[in-house]
Amino acid sequence: MDFINTEPMQEMFVFETVQLIEELEQIILYSEKKNGLESSINDIFRIMHTLKGSSAMMSFSNISILAHSVEDIFYFLREKKPKTVDYLQLTDLMLKVIDFVGSEVGKIRNKEGADGDPSSISQTLADFLSQLKEGCPNTGEAGTGAVDKKHMGQAGEGHYSYKATITFEEDCQMENLRAFSVIHALQQVAGDIRHIPEDISDTENCNREIRESGLTVLFNCPLPEGEVRQLLEETMFLKELTLEYRSADAPGKGRAEAGVTGANEAGGANIPEAEEACKGQNCEDNTYSHDKMSNLSKQNFISVNIQKMNKLMDVVGELVISEAMVTQNPELKGLELEGFKKAARHLKKITGELQDIVMSMRMVPLSMTFQKMNRIVRDMSRKLEKEINFEIIGEETEVDKNIIEHISDPLIHLIRNAIDHGIEPAEERELKGKEATGKITLEAKHSGGDVWIILKDDGKGLDRDKIIQKATEGRLIQRPVSEMTDREIYSIILLPGFSTKEEVTEFSGRGVGMDVVLKDMDKVDGSVLIDSKPGSGTTISMKIPLTLAIMDGMTVSVGSATYTIPIASIRESLNITEDDVIKDPENNEMIMLRGLCHPIIRLHKLFNVVPGTDRLEEGILILVESENEGICIFVDKLIGEQQVVVKALPQYLKKVQGISGCTLLGDGSISLIIDIASLINNKR
Amino acid sequence: MASVLEDNFEIQNEDTQKGRFLTFTLGGEDYGIEIKYVTEIIGIQPITQVPELPDYLKGIINLRGKIIPVMDVRLRFRKEPLKYTDRTCIIVIDINDTSIGMIVDTVSEVVSIDDENIMLPPDAKTGFNNKYVKGIGKMGSEVKLLLDCGKIFSTDEEEMLSSLAQA
Repeated sequence: MDFINTEPMQEMFVFETVQLIEELEQIILYSEKKNGLESSINDIFRIMHTLKGSSAMMSFSNISILAHSVEDIFYFLREKKPKTVDYLQLTDLMLKVIDFVGSEVGKIRNKEGADGDPSSISQTLADFLSQLKEGCPNTGEAGTGAVDKKHMGQAGEGHYSYKATITFEEDCQMENLRAFSVIHALQQVAGDIRHIPEDISDTENCNREIRESGLTVLFNCPLPEGEVRQLLEETMFLKELTLEYRSADAPGKGRAEAGVTGANEAGGANIPEAEEACKGQNCEDNTYSHDKMSNLSKQNFISVNIQKMNKLMDVVGELVISEAMVTQNPELKGLELEGFKKAARHLKKITGELQDIVMSMRMVPLSMTFQKMNRIVRDMSRKLEKEINFEIIGEETEVDKNIIEHISDPLIHLIRNAIDHGIEPAEERELKGKEATGKITLEAKHSGGDVWIILKDDGKGLDRDKIIQKATEGRLIQRPVSEMTDREIYSIILLPGFSTKEEVTEFSGRGVGMDVVLKDMDKVDGSVLIDSKPGSGTTISMKIPLTLAIMDGMTVSVGSATYTIPIASIRESLNITEDDVIKDPENNEMIMLRGLCHPIIRLHKLFNVVPGTDRLEEGILILVESENEGICIFVDKLIGEQQVVVKALPQYLKKVQGISGCTLLGDGSISLIIDIASLINNKR
Repeated sequence: MASVLEDNFEIQNEDTQKGRFLTFTLGGEDYGIEIKYVTEIIGIQPITQVPELPDYLKGIINLRGKIIPVMDVRLRFRKEPLKYTDRTCIIVIDINDTSIGMIVDTVSEVVSIDDENIMLPPDAKTGFNNKYVKGIGKMGSEVKLLLDCGKIFSTDEEEMLSSLAQA
């Protein structure tokens, strides 16, 4: 192994395993909600089997050991169909397993060794299994797959099912006899034998059929594939042997289809009965999984390296710029070019479409993030013994990949908070005349250029007075309470250090957590609104921009340089005269606007460039705001508003104060994007 | 097996580039840099100034959609700045996956210099500032100063401080 680079394999393993355990988690949570794990035993078995195989291959023995123990349980469940199973306990166990595998995979991803000790979980699983066995009296019965029942003979020992296609040498003669001897040989070791042609008799018809399309045998056999192959290869005059391992129900192998797939398709086509049976099973599977997964959005995906995506973005951005350079070329000015203009319009349309598509490729549906919340709700509602009906709306809403990473944490905290503080215990709810089961709704929707994520609960709502009291105690309020709106008061709960909960629970109450919401929302330029009605619930809405990669910007010029200011932070722009300016003893300039005093920053001084003008009358002031603080930026003039593609500064330059990135303008020149928040912080 | 083949391939690749230098002039001197670092040579481009940088870092340019920083090698070597002309070139080099443009007076040619014709620079004690020069290549009667690309782009803390203090 030393000389092979295992990294790509490892990456693949991590990727696949993460998907597997996510799928597993969904299946488990979903089937728990419906009717216990019973309906999805086969799926869970398949996943655990795949997991066992792949982790053993990558020699992560702790994962494979654990997967093996789980497999044991589900094997038992599937074969013996015990009547009394503590599915609740099993679900808990399974979630523990998922957590363990998840944390191990996390370690592997971070290039640490997967060193977690599975023995305690493994032991619990084994205990559970022995409990099951005790509770199930018919353990001794060697009942196997249902398929075998309708066939006599040695069906009982048929563990693996195979399909073999055998062709004989052209001039071997007496094909029927050869075929018969093969089947006879198989009867010694296998059961449930079916063959095509069905009637092997000494007729020319039969001989011809075997000669042309070979002999196809379907059988069940306890021997592993290698031995079966060896056996069949002993056949005299054997020209070609195709052995296919086609077990859909064999224990210990799941649905894994190993084996050699032959080129002999004619042989396969000759088994109408078997084919049909297969199809039937597939259909069943499909409808079954369709029914099961009906509310989990399933899509076809390919995974693409993110760097390739970024490169594609770059190239397309460049294409748009060069398109502008061609169609708006100054050399074309004044020329009457009917055909050229038509062609140029067409080009513009196509490049625009291309840009839209590339942008949409970065968009990911929220479903994964939302589905994860199922688990949080389940765990919390069991621990706190509050029945909760959790509803997800609009999970197919798409947002930029970069943004999705910042949504998960805030949601977890908000949901925890809603269940712990919001939803009342069942008795209390009944007293208030509400349904005993609490209801939490998580909704996502598009609105303009933003995505709204709304979390609603029908709990007791926020206690306005208590918030004010606690906030005053913790000195979290700067302004007089009478001036604050309800929304402003409610958003105090998002401040670090705030908690109304008297005692600290496992889930909340330490006063950390909710501030994560604000922090993460700030990172993605989002905002949080809180509405609440005492007694009937709280609604928390998060407004998030669709994408970070594209931004509405105002391009301004200072001397020969151009800068871009995010439109979102611009409040207004204004012309003033020197007389409006107030100066403090240190010559810092300020201006009074509607009773508020804002400092003036001359961009040319800050960035040390030669300005077109330093007279305030000739330039323009732009009032920008971040976190409720405003400053005025002085520039030469406004150039225009446009959507820009945000690019990072080269790493070599390290972090530059006051600049958040750069963007390419239509003429190919670079414009620096001003980081308003850091300018304001700097000024403080 | 595959890795062995790859190694071979890389050795071959390196062989064709080994001992070959791109030479350029800076005032009166000829310099050379190893060709394996060079990705392309372009004419002077409009440069966007970025605040808070040392004076030798002129800013950033748009190289076909890729934003790369450019450095004036004259200023880096504390020479007098020269006004950029049509002859001014930007040599784009790639070190450790970082692209950087070097502004030089003119680019001359690609030359081969054998190892035996490369000498170590004189000792620093003799007053020769050899910080960026890792060797001196002889070509007949001419001499090329061979640059250590890694050193040119390492941001010297001290230098940053002094240039900030001057500003």
